[in-house]
Amino acid sequence: MTSIESTDVLVVGSGFGGAIAAYHLAAGGAKVVVLERGPWLQAEDFDHDYLLGKSYTKVFDFVAGDGMSVLSGNCVGGGSVVYFAALPRAPRFTFERQGSIGRRMWPKAISRDTLDPWYDRVSQVIPVVQQGWDDISYAGGLWAAACNHAGRTANPVPVGIDKAKCTNCNWMMAGCKFDAKRSLLFNYLPGAVANGAEIRPLHEVQQLERTDDGGYRVRYNQIDEEDYRITVGSGTIDAKIVIMAAGAGATPVILQRSEATLGKMPHAVGRYFSGNGERLNTAIINEDRAREVLGLDRGNGLAYAANQIGKGPVVANWDHLDGSLPEYRRFSLEQLYFPPGLGTILAQAQGADGPTWLGVEKKEMLRRWQSWLTIFQIVEDDNEGVFGPPPPTGNAYRISQQMLGRGPLSYDPTPNTLGAWAAADAEVRDILERDGIATVLPWTNDLVGAYTVHPLASCRIGDDPETSALDDRHELRGHPGIFVTDGSAVPAALTVNPALTISALAERAMPGIVEAARARGINVSYGAPLPTAAVTKPLMRPVTATQGA
Amino acid sequence: MHSGTSDEHVKTITLEAFADCIVPGEKRSPDDRAIAGVSTGGGAVQAGALEMLHHDATGITAGLEALVGMLNGHATTYAADKGITLDGDVPPFVALEFDDRCAIIRTLTTPGHPEKDGWVLLSLFCNMAFDSAAHMSTHDAIAQGHPGLLTIGFELPQDDGLWRFADFSYGRQLAKPHPDTTPSGSPA
Repeated sequence: MTSIESTDVLVVGSGFGGAIAAYHLAAGGAKVVVLERGPWLQAEDFDHDYLLGKSYTKVFDFVAGDGMSVLSGNCVGGGSVVYFAALPRAPRFTFERQGSIGRRMWPKAISRDTLDPWYDRVSQVIPVVQQGWDDISYAGGLWAAACNHAGRTANPVPVGIDKAKCTNCNWMMAGCKFDAKRSLLFNYLPGAVANGAEIRPLHEVQQLERTDDGGYRVRYNQIDEEDYRITVGSGTIDAKIVIMAAGAGATPVILQRSEATLGKMPHAVGRYFSGNGERLNTAIINEDRAREVLGLDRGNGLAYAANQIGKGPVVANWDHLDGSLPEYRRFSLEQLYFPPGLGTILAQAQGADGPTWLGVEKKEMLRRWQSWLTIFQIVEDDNEGVFGPPPPTGNAYRISQQMLGRGPLSYDPTPNTLGAWAAADAEVRDILERDGIATVLPWTNDLVGAYTVHPLASCRIGDDPETSALDDRHELRGHPGIFVTDGSAVPAALTVNPALTISALAERAMPGIVEAARARGINVSYGAPLPTAAVTKPLMRPVTATQGA
Repeated sequence: MHSGTSDEHVKTITLEAFADCIVPGEKRSPDDRAIAGVSTGGGAVQAGALEMLHHDATGITAGLEALVGMLNGHATTYAADKGITLDGDVPPFVALEFDDRCAIIRTLTTPGHPEKDGWVLLSLFCNMAFDSAAHMSTHDAIAQGHPGLLTIGFELPQDDGLWRFADFSYGRQLAKPHPDTTPSGSPA
């Protein structure tokens, strides 16, 4: 008889939800194994290179659906390695949202006040820092100046960046070469590993089964380290509890696939997906007007022309984060950098017959790329995303060697969502087209649908079993011992970048998960000190290992 | 098949004509039929769209012949509908004027079109060849004067091949923060 590997806790995914769970459970004494679908990369592996196969494509998962495409992290550290490290807390009104169900979507136990202590913990660990105006890139400064000119406010965004190390190279989506971005490789993950947790990269979980002793058997495939279309092995691990943290684009797919072996899933698994209400606008800045109207000057003869310079989003307009406004009219507008590659094609130029993403006018727009200013709208959408039947493996039919796949998500924006985007579009135009500063158009939704980098809510917490897959302890309804701690647990769009909220919810869930683990016979306790940020050196993969070991 | 053209040639100039719609460029020679010549400087074709499409990592290479056949079929139908007489010396899509080529691509990429996925992929990779030269090392692309990176004005790296911008900020306060900002810098 073949012996079956077993562990106390199996964590699926090493992003925010997985890393935080792995840390607390390992630090509390549990045996923890983390299976991560992507490779294990670190500073020396992060490339300044767009060539297919470099870190820029290795660390991402881009899944096109019907009406919505999702960009996610795909590496040890998950989204924290590829994100822009913007870490605001969600505004108070967000937790009171009703959305399409006509009653509060969040569990009654959670409000901004009850979540603030958990926000505090994560903010201490990462750590989250505030930016001064000296830290603000030209693009952020331009957005601030335009907001100010239009009578609006603008805030430097709190971030998880070591400002002293940042070179403003704007390659941070490919992983930070300079260890300036304080990803999970600097805090929760080294903390977990120091406490005995084992991280296995290129292990893609496919399905869960129940074992006779009330635990779970987790089936995984091992993925080739260069060509993710190739499976190089497979295996199983038994665990007393399972933490699902594969991301909102993958967790529900794994659970749906597991329905055949686990039994019926809650109705909300794979439903109520939110793209966090995200939408992009591209402005073409009139350099003369930026100088004349906004008084901007880089000191080298240029007013702006600095699209390439910076560190993602640094300044946001929060004037519409106002709880007295009706739902779907509350949003933030954040300056953003979107690198060449998968985004530029979606930017629209004004053509003879209307906006166009191709042709002569688009080419002319590309000539002015350094004068682009991208504005990221984060509105309240209607949780209208639904996942169809899962693909045979993974969360998509993989097309390219890395990154690109076609997935089962469909998203048909409701009038509420469309109205929210229209209101945000109008606000961006009012700010940026004022006095000829810029011309602005939204990205087309025709090619790949709406585009989110912050998938949420596809397996959400709540008090109502009909509209939430998880109880307020993050346990999957009807499947005790399975917990979900990633972005899929967040009930709805947040109107701001969600990483800190995902993390705070994961921190908040941990005492209950530890208690559940103890009830299942795991010798674990809650209350270990928070991990110390490794200021100078991140978690390194084992010396003998390749990126996939 | 069209007179005087091999299957491979049909495939190449049809895909070039498609790529030229996504990011148009100037003709490589006076008798260049694939590139319509509606723009100055290099476009997606000069940027290496064909090399990109034939890069196995894209996952689209095996489907190119089928896409070419479908595209020329759509061009034939389009021409018949519009009463356009096609020049038989080149594939039907190449025989069309630039605006007609673009009109076909817009139709094929409209939400709900049954073939949309394939045409979006083709468009995506043609655009990537131009805006990020993803079929080659970025450093080689810059050294060789890649037309896409040149056109967008992509800044040069430092001597060690890495980008760093010492000058990145106006260095002054340019707006008032929201009055309800919390001490931690977040919305209230």
